[in-house]
Amino acid sequence: MKRALSVTSALAVISIFFCVSSAFSVSEAFKKNIYNPGVLKPTDSTLNVSVGDRAPDFSLPSLSGEKISLSRYRGKSNVVLSFVPAAWTPVCSDQWPGYNIVGDIFKKHNAILLGITVDNLPTLHAWTNQMGELWFPVLSDFWPHGAVADSYGVLRSDGTAERALFVIDTGGIIRFIKVNDINQRPKLEELVKALEELKE
Amino acid sequence: MSKIARRMFAVLSVAACWAALLMTIASAEIASPQPGGCLPDFKLPIPENTADKEYLGLTTSGQFNIGQIKAQVIIIEILSMYCPYCQREAPEVNRVYEIIENNLNLKGRIKLIGIGAGNTPFEVQIYKEKYSVPFPVFSDEDFSLHKAFGEVRTPFFIGVTIKPDSTQRVFYAKLGGIDGAESFVKLILRLSGLEQEKKP
Repeated sequence: MKRALSVTSALAVISIFFCVSSAFSVSEAFKKNIYNPGVLKPTDSTLNVSVGDRAPDFSLPSLSGEKISLSRYRGKSNVVLSFVPAAWTPVCSDQWPGYNIVGDIFKKHNAILLGITVDNLPTLHAWTNQMGELWFPVLSDFWPHGAVADSYGVLRSDGTAERALFVIDTGGIIRFIKVNDINQRPKLEELVKALEELKE
Repeated sequence: MSKIARRMFAVLSVAACWAALLMTIASAEIASPQPGGCLPDFKLPIPENTADKEYLGLTTSGQFNIGQIKAQVIIIEILSMYCPYCQREAPEVNRVYEIIENNLNLKGRIKLIGIGAGNTPFEVQIYKEKYSVPFPVFSDEDFSLHKAFGEVRTPFFIGVTIKPDSTQRVFYAKLGGIDGAESFVKLILRLSGLEQEKKP
Protein backbone atom coordinates (compact mmCIF):
# COMPACT_ATOMS: atom_id res chain seq x y z
CA MET A 1 0.00 0.00 0.00
CA LYS A 2 2.79 2.36 1.05
CA ARG A 3 4.73 1.46 -2.11
CA ALA A 4 1.65 2.01 -4.29
CA LEU A 5 1.24 5.48 -2.79
CA SER A 6 4.90 6.27 -3.47
CA VAL A 7 4.53 5.22 -7.10
CA THR A 8 1.35 7.27 -7.47
CA SER A 9 3.06 10.30 -5.95
CA ALA A 10 6.08 9.92 -8.21
CA LEU A 11 3.88 9.65 -11.30
CA ALA A 12 1.86 12.67 -10.21
CA VAL A 13 5.00 14.77 -9.76
CA ILE A 14 6.37 13.66 -13.14
CA SER A 15 3.01 14.36 -14.78
CA ILE A 16 2.79 17.88 -13.36
CA PHE A 17 6.37 18.61 -14.38
CA PHE A 18 5.78 17.67 -18.00
CA CYS A 19 2.20 18.79 -18.43
CA VAL A 20 2.41 22.35 -17.12
CA SER A 21 1.32 24.63 -19.91
CA SER A 22 3.51 27.49 -20.98
CA ALA A 23 0.31 29.55 -20.53
CA PHE A 24 1.35 32.77 -22.17
CA SER A 25 1.14 34.45 -25.49
CA VAL A 26 3.78 36.73 -26.90
CA SER A 27 3.12 39.76 -28.99
CA GLU A 28 4.79 39.87 -32.38
CA ALA A 29 5.87 43.39 -31.31
CA PHE A 30 8.82 41.70 -29.59
CA LYS A 31 9.64 39.57 -32.66
CA LYS A 32 11.84 36.68 -31.63
CA ASN A 33 13.64 38.55 -28.87
CA ILE A 34 11.86 37.01 -25.94
CA TYR A 35 13.82 34.61 -23.78
CA ASN A 36 11.69 31.81 -22.45
CA PRO A 37 12.93 30.65 -19.04
CA GLY A 38 10.39 27.82 -18.97
CA VAL A 39 8.07 27.10 -16.10
CA LEU A 40 9.43 28.59 -12.87
CA LYS A 41 8.67 28.05 -9.21
CA PRO A 42 5.42 30.04 -8.79
CA THR A 43 6.74 32.20 -5.92
CA ASP A 44 10.16 32.24 -4.32
CA SER A 45 10.26 34.84 -1.57
CA THR A 46 8.61 35.85 1.68
CA LEU A 47 6.72 39.10 2.00
CA ASN A 48 8.17 41.67 4.38
CA VAL A 49 5.02 43.77 4.42
CA SER A 50 1.32 43.18 4.98
CA VAL A 51 -1.91 44.96 4.11
CA GLY A 52 -2.28 47.80 6.63
CA ASP A 53 1.47 48.44 6.89
CA ARG A 54 3.10 51.68 5.87
CA ALA A 55 4.72 51.08 2.49
CA PRO A 56 8.54 51.23 2.64
CA ASP A 57 9.69 54.39 0.93
CA PHE A 58 12.21 54.26 -1.90
CA SER A 59 13.84 56.41 -4.50
CA LEU A 60 14.71 54.82 -7.85
CA PRO A 61 16.00 56.04 -11.20
CA SER A 62 13.39 56.07 -13.94
CA LEU A 63 13.56 55.89 -17.71
CA SER A 64 12.77 59.59 -17.97
CA GLY A 65 16.03 60.33 -16.15
CA GLU A 66 14.53 61.59 -12.90
CA LYS A 67 14.61 59.78 -9.60
CA ILE A 68 11.18 58.89 -8.36
CA SER A 69 10.38 58.37 -4.72
CA LEU A 70 7.22 56.83 -3.34
CA SER A 71 6.85 59.62 -0.78
CA ARG A 72 6.28 62.23 -3.50
CA TYR A 73 2.77 60.81 -3.97
CA ARG A 74 1.87 60.93 -0.27
CA GLY A 75 -1.32 62.93 0.24
CA LYS A 76 -1.73 63.31 -3.52
CA SER A 77 -2.51 60.04 -5.22
CA ASN A 78 -2.85 56.34 -4.73
CA VAL A 79 0.05 54.29 -6.07
CA VAL A 80 0.16 50.89 -7.72
CA LEU A 81 3.55 49.20 -7.73
CA SER A 82 3.89 46.59 -10.45
CA PHE A 83 7.00 44.49 -9.94
CA VAL A 84 7.72 42.20 -12.89
CA PRO A 85 10.51 39.60 -12.90
CA ALA A 86 12.67 40.60 -15.83
CA ALA A 87 12.78 42.38 -19.17
CA TRP A 88 12.56 40.32 -22.37
CA THR A 89 10.67 37.45 -20.79
CA PRO A 90 7.27 36.18 -21.97
CA VAL A 91 4.66 37.12 -19.39
CA CYS A 92 6.33 40.38 -18.33
CA SER A 93 6.44 41.61 -21.91
CA ASP A 94 2.68 41.21 -22.19
CA GLN A 95 1.74 42.73 -18.83
CA TRP A 96 2.55 46.45 -18.94
CA PRO A 97 1.21 46.94 -22.49
CA GLY A 98 -2.16 45.92 -21.06
CA TYR A 99 -1.89 48.48 -18.26
CA ASN A 100 -0.89 50.98 -20.90
CA ILE A 101 -4.38 51.02 -22.41
CA VAL A 102 -6.21 51.37 -19.11
CA GLY A 103 -4.68 54.63 -17.91
CA ASP A 104 -8.21 55.98 -17.58
CA ILE A 105 -9.06 53.33 -14.97
CA PHE A 106 -6.05 54.38 -12.88
CA LYS A 107 -6.94 58.05 -13.34
CA LYS A 108 -10.54 57.40 -12.33
CA HIS A 109 -9.25 56.03 -9.03
CA ASN A 110 -6.65 58.77 -8.58
CA ALA A 111 -3.86 56.23 -8.93
CA ILE A 112 -0.44 56.33 -10.52
CA LEU A 113 1.28 53.18 -11.71
CA LEU A 114 4.98 52.61 -11.11
CA GLY A 115 6.48 49.73 -13.09
CA ILE A 116 9.57 48.25 -11.45
CA THR A 117 12.06 45.58 -12.47
CA VAL A 118 15.57 44.73 -11.29
CA ASP A 119 16.98 45.37 -14.78
CA ASN A 120 19.26 48.29 -15.53
CA LEU A 121 18.03 51.38 -17.39
CA PRO A 122 19.54 50.58 -20.81
CA THR A 123 17.81 47.20 -20.82
CA LEU A 124 14.53 48.74 -19.71
CA HIS A 125 14.86 51.39 -22.40
CA ALA A 126 15.28 48.84 -25.20
CA TRP A 127 12.55 46.57 -23.87
CA THR A 128 9.84 49.14 -23.17
CA ASN A 129 10.45 50.78 -26.57
CA GLN A 130 8.72 47.74 -28.07
CA MET A 131 5.61 48.47 -26.00
CA GLY A 132 4.91 51.87 -27.49
CA GLU A 133 4.76 55.02 -25.39
CA LEU A 134 3.99 54.15 -21.78
CA TRP A 135 1.98 56.64 -19.73
CA PHE A 136 3.51 55.49 -16.43
CA PRO A 137 7.07 55.70 -15.07
CA VAL A 138 9.31 52.66 -15.32
CA LEU A 139 11.84 52.36 -12.51
CA SER A 140 15.07 50.43 -12.28
CA ASP A 141 15.73 48.55 -9.05
CA PHE A 142 19.06 47.40 -10.42
CA TRP A 143 21.50 48.79 -7.86
CA PRO A 144 21.86 48.00 -5.04
CA HIS A 145 20.46 45.00 -6.80
CA GLY A 146 16.76 44.47 -6.04
CA ALA A 147 16.96 46.47 -2.80
CA VAL A 148 13.41 47.81 -3.12
CA ALA A 149 11.99 44.44 -4.15
CA ASP A 150 13.78 42.98 -1.14
CA SER A 151 12.36 45.60 1.22
CA TYR A 152 8.87 44.53 0.16
CA GLY A 153 9.85 40.86 0.28
CA VAL A 154 9.46 40.12 -3.42
CA LEU A 155 13.07 39.46 -4.42
CA ARG A 156 13.47 35.88 -5.60
CA SER A 157 16.50 33.77 -4.84
CA ASP A 158 17.75 34.11 -8.43
CA GLY A 159 17.85 37.91 -8.19
CA THR A 160 14.69 38.56 -10.21
CA ALA A 161 11.53 40.04 -8.71
CA GLU A 162 8.22 38.35 -8.18
CA ARG A 163 5.28 39.26 -10.38
CA ALA A 164 3.69 41.36 -7.66
CA LEU A 165 1.21 44.17 -7.29
CA PHE A 166 0.93 46.53 -4.33
CA VAL A 167 -1.80 49.13 -4.01
CA ILE A 168 -0.84 51.95 -1.69
CA ASP A 169 -3.32 54.62 -0.67
CA THR A 170 -2.72 58.36 -0.47
CA GLY A 171 -1.75 57.98 3.18
CA GLY A 172 1.10 55.62 2.21
CA ILE A 173 -0.66 52.55 3.60
CA ILE A 174 -0.61 49.25 1.72
CA ARG A 175 -4.20 48.30 0.87
CA PHE A 176 -3.72 45.35 -1.49
CA ILE A 177 -0.97 42.84 -2.17
CA LYS A 178 -0.92 40.24 -4.89
CA VAL A 179 2.15 38.08 -5.38
CA ASN A 180 1.10 36.24 -8.49
CA ASP A 181 2.33 32.94 -9.85
CA ILE A 182 5.36 34.19 -11.80
CA ASN A 183 4.32 32.07 -14.78
CA GLN A 184 0.97 33.79 -15.19
CA ARG A 185 -0.30 37.28 -15.66
CA PRO A 186 -2.49 38.64 -12.86
CA LYS A 187 -6.08 39.18 -13.93
CA LEU A 188 -6.76 42.83 -14.59
CA GLU A 189 -10.09 42.70 -12.79
CA GLU A 190 -8.37 41.87 -9.48
CA LEU A 191 -6.37 45.08 -9.66
CA VAL A 192 -9.40 47.09 -10.75
CA LYS A 193 -11.39 45.70 -7.82
CA ALA A 194 -8.59 46.70 -5.43
CA LEU A 195 -8.63 50.22 -6.83
CA GLU A 196 -12.41 50.39 -6.47
CA GLU A 197 -12.13 49.32 -2.84
CA LEU A 198 -9.87 52.27 -2.07
CA LYS A 199 -12.97 54.43 -1.93
CA GLU A 200 -14.53 52.33 0.83
CA MET B 1 18.22 -10.19 -7.73
CA SER B 2 16.28 -10.08 -4.49
CA LYS B 3 12.47 -9.81 -4.43
CA ILE B 4 12.65 -6.20 -3.14
CA ALA B 5 15.18 -5.19 -5.79
CA ARG B 6 13.01 -6.74 -8.53
CA ARG B 7 9.98 -4.80 -7.29
CA MET B 8 11.98 -1.58 -7.11
CA PHE B 9 13.21 -2.21 -10.66
CA ALA B 10 9.62 -2.76 -11.84
CA VAL B 11 8.42 0.44 -10.16
CA LEU B 12 11.25 2.49 -11.64
CA SER B 13 10.63 1.01 -15.09
CA VAL B 14 6.97 2.00 -14.98
CA ALA B 15 7.91 5.52 -13.84
CA ALA B 16 10.52 5.83 -16.59
CA CYS B 17 8.04 4.71 -19.28
CA TRP B 18 5.47 7.16 -17.96
CA ALA B 19 8.01 9.99 -18.02
CA ALA B 20 9.08 9.07 -21.56
CA LEU B 21 5.47 9.08 -22.73
CA LEU B 22 4.82 12.46 -21.16
CA MET B 23 8.03 13.88 -22.61
CA THR B 24 6.91 12.72 -26.06
CA ILE B 25 3.52 14.38 -25.59
CA ALA B 26 5.13 17.56 -24.28
CA SER B 27 7.63 17.76 -27.12
CA ALA B 28 5.02 17.13 -29.83
CA GLU B 29 4.33 20.75 -30.68
CA ILE B 30 0.94 21.54 -32.12
CA ALA B 31 1.40 23.15 -35.51
CA SER B 32 -0.21 26.49 -36.25
CA PRO B 33 -2.99 26.53 -38.90
CA GLN B 34 -1.67 26.35 -42.45
CA PRO B 35 -3.30 27.19 -45.80
CA GLY B 36 -4.84 24.06 -47.25
CA GLY B 37 -5.41 22.58 -43.82
CA CYS B 38 -8.27 22.64 -41.38
CA LEU B 39 -8.75 24.42 -38.10
CA PRO B 40 -8.50 22.44 -34.90
CA ASP B 41 -11.83 21.22 -33.61
CA PHE B 42 -13.10 23.74 -31.08
CA LYS B 43 -16.27 25.33 -29.84
CA LEU B 44 -17.05 28.86 -28.71
CA PRO B 45 -19.87 30.12 -26.51
CA ILE B 46 -22.78 31.62 -28.42
CA PRO B 47 -22.65 35.32 -27.48
CA GLU B 48 -25.29 36.64 -25.13
CA ASN B 49 -24.96 40.00 -26.83
CA THR B 50 -27.77 40.19 -29.41
CA ALA B 51 -25.75 42.19 -31.94
CA ASP B 52 -22.87 39.67 -31.92
CA LYS B 53 -25.31 36.77 -32.10
CA GLU B 54 -27.14 38.27 -35.07
CA TYR B 55 -23.85 39.12 -36.79
CA LEU B 56 -22.79 35.48 -36.59
CA GLY B 57 -26.22 34.29 -37.68
CA LEU B 58 -26.68 32.14 -34.59
CA THR B 59 -30.09 31.64 -33.11
CA THR B 60 -29.69 29.23 -30.22
CA SER B 61 -27.71 29.40 -27.01
CA GLY B 62 -24.89 27.21 -25.75
CA GLN B 63 -21.89 26.61 -27.95
CA PHE B 64 -21.15 26.71 -31.65
CA ASN B 65 -18.39 25.75 -34.01
CA ILE B 66 -16.96 27.86 -36.80
CA GLY B 67 -18.92 25.95 -39.47
CA GLN B 68 -22.19 27.17 -37.97
CA ILE B 69 -21.41 30.84 -38.60
CA LYS B 70 -23.61 32.15 -41.38
CA ALA B 71 -20.91 33.19 -43.84
CA GLN B 72 -18.76 31.89 -46.65
CA VAL B 73 -15.51 33.20 -45.21
CA ILE B 74 -14.46 33.72 -41.61
CA ILE B 75 -11.47 35.81 -40.62
CA ILE B 76 -10.16 34.90 -37.19
CA GLU B 77 -7.77 37.17 -35.33
CA ILE B 78 -5.88 35.64 -32.43
CA LEU B 79 -5.16 38.68 -30.29
CA SER B 80 -4.55 39.83 -26.76
CA MET B 81 -5.50 42.92 -24.84
CA TYR B 82 -1.91 42.88 -23.61
CA CYS B 83 -0.35 42.80 -27.09
CA PRO B 84 0.94 46.21 -28.23
CA TYR B 85 0.97 45.09 -31.86
CA CYS B 86 -2.71 44.05 -31.64
CA GLN B 87 -3.50 47.40 -30.03
CA ARG B 88 -1.78 49.28 -32.86
CA GLU B 89 -3.47 47.12 -35.47
CA ALA B 90 -6.99 47.35 -33.98
CA PRO B 91 -8.18 50.43 -35.96
CA GLU B 92 -7.05 48.85 -39.22
CA VAL B 93 -8.84 45.58 -38.41
CA ASN B 94 -11.97 47.61 -37.62
CA ARG B 95 -11.58 49.13 -41.10
CA VAL B 96 -11.64 45.64 -42.58
CA TYR B 97 -14.99 45.10 -40.86
CA GLU B 98 -16.30 48.44 -42.15
CA ILE B 99 -15.20 47.77 -45.74
CA ILE B 100 -17.02 44.45 -45.68
CA GLU B 101 -20.16 45.72 -43.98
CA ASN B 102 -20.40 48.72 -46.33
CA ASN B 103 -20.11 46.59 -49.44
CA LEU B 104 -23.43 44.96 -50.30
CA ASN B 105 -21.66 42.28 -52.28
CA LEU B 106 -19.52 41.28 -49.28
CA LYS B 107 -21.77 41.96 -46.30
CA GLY B 108 -22.94 38.72 -44.77
CA ARG B 109 -20.45 36.65 -46.77
CA ILE B 110 -17.27 37.49 -44.81
CA LYS B 111 -17.32 37.72 -41.04
CA LEU B 112 -14.68 38.48 -38.45
CA ILE B 113 -14.15 37.10 -34.98
CA GLY B 114 -11.40 37.63 -32.45
CA ILE B 115 -10.03 35.24 -29.85
CA GLY B 116 -8.37 36.86 -26.84
CA ALA B 117 -5.49 34.54 -25.95
CA GLY B 118 -5.18 34.34 -22.18
CA ASN B 119 -7.67 37.18 -21.77
CA THR B 120 -10.47 36.99 -19.24
CA PRO B 121 -13.96 38.13 -20.37
CA PHE B 122 -13.29 41.38 -18.47
CA GLU B 123 -10.04 41.94 -20.37
CA VAL B 124 -11.70 41.14 -23.71
CA GLN B 125 -14.40 43.68 -22.90
CA ILE B 126 -11.75 46.30 -22.07
CA TYR B 127 -10.09 45.67 -25.45
CA LYS B 128 -13.42 45.86 -27.28
CA GLU B 129 -14.33 49.13 -25.61
CA LYS B 130 -10.90 50.77 -25.97
CA TYR B 131 -10.75 50.12 -29.68
CA SER B 132 -14.50 50.13 -30.43
CA VAL B 133 -14.16 46.65 -31.90
CA PRO B 134 -17.41 46.01 -33.78
CA PHE B 135 -17.07 42.24 -34.23
CA PRO B 136 -17.31 39.47 -31.59
CA VAL B 137 -14.20 38.74 -29.54
CA PHE B 138 -14.13 35.62 -27.41
CA SER B 139 -12.22 35.05 -24.20
CA ASP B 140 -9.64 32.24 -24.16
CA GLU B 141 -8.79 32.71 -20.52
CA ASP B 142 -7.01 29.40 -20.01
CA PHE B 143 -5.09 29.54 -23.32
CA SER B 144 -6.76 26.30 -24.43
CA LEU B 145 -7.62 27.68 -27.88
CA HIS B 146 -4.27 29.41 -28.13
CA LYS B 147 -2.63 26.07 -27.47
CA ALA B 148 -4.83 24.34 -30.06
CA PHE B 149 -3.75 26.99 -32.57
CA GLY B 150 -0.09 26.13 -32.01
CA GLU B 151 0.68 28.89 -29.47
CA VAL B 152 1.08 31.48 -32.20
CA ARG B 153 2.39 34.94 -31.41
CA THR B 154 -0.13 37.75 -31.69
CA PRO B 155 -1.76 39.12 -33.74
CA PHE B 156 -2.29 36.08 -35.94
CA PHE B 157 -4.84 36.11 -38.75
CA ILE B 158 -6.54 33.05 -40.19
CA GLY B 159 -8.88 32.98 -43.20
CA VAL B 160 -11.28 30.06 -43.43
CA THR B 161 -13.82 29.16 -46.10
CA ILE B 162 -17.05 27.57 -44.93
CA LYS B 163 -18.77 25.20 -47.34
CA PRO B 164 -22.57 24.73 -47.42
CA ASP B 165 -22.11 21.42 -45.60
CA SER B 166 -20.33 23.36 -42.78
CA THR B 167 -16.91 21.91 -43.56
CA GLN B 168 -14.07 24.41 -43.46
CA ARG B 169 -10.69 24.95 -45.06
CA VAL B 170 -7.93 27.35 -44.08
CA PHE B 171 -6.81 29.48 -47.03
CA TYR B 172 -4.79 32.11 -45.17
CA ALA B 173 -2.68 32.08 -42.01
CA LYS B 174 -0.26 34.83 -41.14
CA LEU B 175 1.53 36.23 -38.14
CA GLY B 176 1.65 39.98 -37.72
CA GLY B 177 -0.22 42.93 -39.17
CA ILE B 178 -2.52 43.03 -42.18
CA ASP B 179 -0.68 45.71 -44.22
CA GLY B 180 -3.67 47.95 -44.84
CA ALA B 181 -7.38 47.14 -44.67
CA GLU B 182 -8.17 47.59 -48.38
CA SER B 183 -5.36 45.38 -49.63
CA PHE B 184 -6.13 42.80 -46.95
CA VAL B 185 -9.77 42.54 -48.06
CA LYS B 186 -8.62 42.17 -51.69
CA LEU B 187 -6.20 39.45 -50.64
CA ILE B 188 -8.90 37.61 -48.73
CA LEU B 189 -11.26 37.81 -51.72
CA ARG B 190 -8.60 36.45 -54.04
CA LEU B 191 -7.29 33.66 -51.82
CA SER B 192 -10.71 32.49 -50.68
CA GLY B 193 -12.06 32.30 -54.23
CA LEU B 194 -14.87 34.65 -53.27
CA GLU B 195 -13.70 37.11 -55.91
CA GLN B 196 -14.86 34.70 -58.62
CA GLU B 197 -18.24 34.04 -57.04
CA LYS B 198 -21.31 36.20 -57.22
CA LYS B 199 -23.39 36.78 -54.13
CA PRO B 200 -25.99 34.00 -53.93
